[in-house]
Amino acid sequence: MIRLAKEYFADQRDDDLKQLGQAFHRSDVPGHVTGKTNYFADRSFPGMLHLKMVRSPHHHARIRSIDTSEAEKHPGVARVLTHKDVPHNVYTILILIQIGPEDEQVLAADKVRWKGEAVVAVLADSERAAQEAAAKVKVDYEVLPAVLDMEAALKPGAPIVNEYHGQNYYRYDSGACRKVRFGDVEKGFAEADHILEQTYRSSPIEQAPAETTGCIVVPEGNDRFTCYTNTQALFFSLDNTSIILQMPGHKLRFVGGTVGGGFGGKVDVTTEPIAILASKLTGRPVSFIYSREEEMQVSSPRAAETIVIKDGVMNDGRIVARYVKGYTDAGAYSRHSPYGAQKGAAHYPGPYTIENVWADTYCVYTNRTPSSAMRGFGVTIADFALEVQMDKLARLIGMDPLEFRFINAYRDGDMKAHRQPTEGAALIECMQEASKAANWPVAEKYLRMSSYKGG
Amino acid sequence: MAIRRGRGVAAVNYPTGMNLGGDPSQALVHSTPTGNFMVTLSSVDLGQGLKQIMAQICAETIGVPAELVTIDTGDTDTGPHCMGTFASRGTHRIGNAVIQAATEARQVMLEVAAEELEVNASDLETDGTGNIHVKGAPQKAISIFDTALAAHFKRGRSISGRGMFLVPRSYPEVETGAMKPATCYAHACTVVEVDVDDETGEVTVVSVKNVFEIGRALNPRMVEQQLVGGSWMGLSHALYETTEPYYPNREHGGTDFNQYLMPGPGDLAETEIIVLERPAADGPYGAKGPGEMCANPQIPAVANAIFDAVGVRIDHLPITPERILRALRAQAAPAGA
Amino acid sequence: MAKKVPVQVTLNGEERAEFVESGATLLNALRGRFGDTSPKGGCHQGTCGACSVIIDGELKLSCLTLAEACDGAEIVTTAGLATNSAMHPLQRAFAEGFAAQCGFCTPGMIMAAKALLDQKPDPTREDVIEALSGNICRCTGYEPIIQAVLAAAAASPHKAA
Repeated sequence: MIRLAKEYFADQRDDDLKQLGQAFHRSDVPGHVTGKTNYFADRSFPGMLHLKMVRSPHHHARIRSIDTSEAEKHPGVARVLTHKDVPHNVYTILILIQIGPEDEQVLAADKVRWKGEAVVAVLADSERAAQEAAAKVKVDYEVLPAVLDMEAALKPGAPIVNEYHGQNYYRYDSGACRKVRFGDVEKGFAEADHILEQTYRSSPIEQAPAETTGCIVVPEGNDRFTCYTNTQALFFSLDNTSIILQMPGHKLRFVGGTVGGGFGGKVDVTTEPIAILASKLTGRPVSFIYSREEEMQVSSPRAAETIVIKDGVMNDGRIVARYVKGYTDAGAYSRHSPYGAQKGAAHYPGPYTIENVWADTYCVYTNRTPSSAMRGFGVTIADFALEVQMDKLARLIGMDPLEFRFINAYRDGDMKAHRQPTEGAALIECMQEASKAANWPVAEKYLRMSSYKGG
Repeated sequence: MAIRRGRGVAAVNYPTGMNLGGDPSQALVHSTPTGNFMVTLSSVDLGQGLKQIMAQICAETIGVPAELVTIDTGDTDTGPHCMGTFASRGTHRIGNAVIQAATEARQVMLEVAAEELEVNASDLETDGTGNIHVKGAPQKAISIFDTALAAHFKRGRSISGRGMFLVPRSYPEVETGAMKPATCYAHACTVVEVDVDDETGEVTVVSVKNVFEIGRALNPRMVEQQLVGGSWMGLSHALYETTEPYYPNREHGGTDFNQYLMPGPGDLAETEIIVLERPAADGPYGAKGPGEMCANPQIPAVANAIFDAVGVRIDHLPITPERILRALRAQAAPAGA
Repeated sequence: MAKKVPVQVTLNGEERAEFVESGATLLNALRGRFGDTSPKGGCHQGTCGACSVIIDGELKLSCLTLAEACDGAEIVTTAGLATNSAMHPLQRAFAEGFAAQCGFCTPGMIMAAKALLDQKPDPTREDVIEALSGNICRCTGYEPIIQAVLAAAAASPHKAA
């Protein structure tokens, strides 16, 4: 199915590697096919407790009271945890790279801001007992108006989704959005033969790894805790746990590295802190593994996005101005979304050289499941919008869509909108090969182009 | 009413590594007494095959067969820090850390071999099969097995190395957005052919031709795994997937694989993968990160192909039969109706 | 606490007996009691196929099967396919064909494929697709898995002449 097209860039490559460039078999695959590979949940420990989470049934509500007394009496229940048990209950995971503020409660204390938010953790001898006891937890809610639409969230007077931010968008050092300003976009539009403004949207997407998110925690008896986890980032999870539990890092050992798929779905620190806390408070091993339903609707999806693109194009095919407004629906909390939204800002205008660019990207809060990373974070939906827009522009001026891309493709040395010179470009060659492979003919001059400087 | 065929193209680029950098990874390499090499990491293999690729990178750098290298990862008690497996960073960031650690270990190994052979270390080279010899004089040689034994029990040298790779963090300029998001970019161009049933709105992807430029294919079959799976995920995103089918309405979200739809083995398109390699200046042996980029171009290519087939634009993902049918009806309705 | 009931099975050719919680699924019993973690719990609701095992010759979802209902049954899992450390042809074909990435769906896929080849040693591509259609894979895009099953069938000594 794969073909290496070695004729491209041969002058830049020494094809003399011995151990690389070889299709060696994967050392982990014999374990996979014989069922011997050890995933985190393939361990069980005597006396292990199962954690089930009581979750918010409302998009937005004030918590009047929490009554766990009936749940605590349920046979097999070892412990019930509420926000009062969490040492540092308000956190945000990117605080590790100085992207604050802390805006999310580990277990909801005063309010819930999305349907599915964790409120009470129940620990019992069996999953069944934990489930049954969870149903006996009584939470008295005062339902509040919910904001589910980004446009509505950004309107003046909209209910505030997350008081830790104070407004329904993330405030960057640059203001309400991450900005990219390059050239003179108004001058570009004034010169353009045609202007096309279009709006693109996406809905949230689930990473859907085969193995759901989770961990198993074992108290080692010396005040240290081993956490077997399928996180995509061991130290990232450990360090966040350390903050939330106010527990020095040397008390924590995270073990993992063999994971049943991630796709960005396992970078939020949602199971480890509470499971370690439970293990500390009960002195017993604790298993907290998302059900498939939780994985689908509770774990962070890829954000929904709305992207408005306005382009100025000449009849000869050159795009002379591009104006973009991108909105990322973060849901109720930041998680990784402020990062993803500004990654989008850097990505515009894609692999094309445009002299006048204006891009604003917003990270917007709504009362839905917090979104977070997924394969192509900040770029996938942007590429959908950009490349459909490219198709529309080509048709608008009556040009072949592939030839239109050759005209605008970036080459080494071209200045990008974020003011970095292009290096190592290869878009033109990809399109040349695609033209041949798909039998999509383009004019000879495009087949003679090169990504090299001046090519 | 008919089945209508259309064709669409899309071209994309994708940054390697965490946006704006600042995402370090470390590696430690040491030899055992019999000349096997251990690479110690805290990096996570999600299924991409990170362990195998790091073994091949270490082996290439030290000059031994890959099967002599064991990857020990996934334990924060023993492995040095890694930022994590995401943002197409694994091969690039961790690979560079492994190269640095392996280079340092190789240097000690050559010094010990030089002492054993009574030559200068700079005159030595490895043959890739487990031996070290004087350049131009293959008969003047010592095995890596014997070199490691000598290092341990005779010379008291640790054949080991430390590796650290960090792309310094870039802070965007507030007013202009001047910044350095990444050091290298992968590229792709995809052409998709679809059949659209204009009576039901159903789309069948007939063929997908993907051209990917990934810097360097460090293990071509593993690259193929990623790219084929990614191409499938791109089509899946285009036509099927969402947790909120009527977003921003929060209802009707799927809770299992009967409700959350993805193409199954019976829904596959004929898929072709062509790989170009333009080595990245700072990539491990030129490699870039292809893991995310490979799932992106199919989505707009499908959207463009649907327009080519039936003349309607669906600018809201996923492009479901319902959305296509509604658009076709709107298109057919007389103006003002 | 739920009642414990004895369950005796032949697991991968070996006579085994364990007490399991009444109402426990076969998946949880195999993993927690019988110590066979090759069937995976991908959904516990019968929609992903990762827990597939063969019970008395038939492909079953162990997450939807009551453990106590398997008393006296013969159960085959992926962990039992290799003989004397030699891989089963399906395992070999999956490994050689690069048909596993994260590996989590692989044991279930191999069980589904084995159930097919046991009934139909010389399947068509359509047969393979049908047989795998209850198993979810998020990494591979399925094609390498289909190819591996076809390759295993082609390599099998039982292949129809």
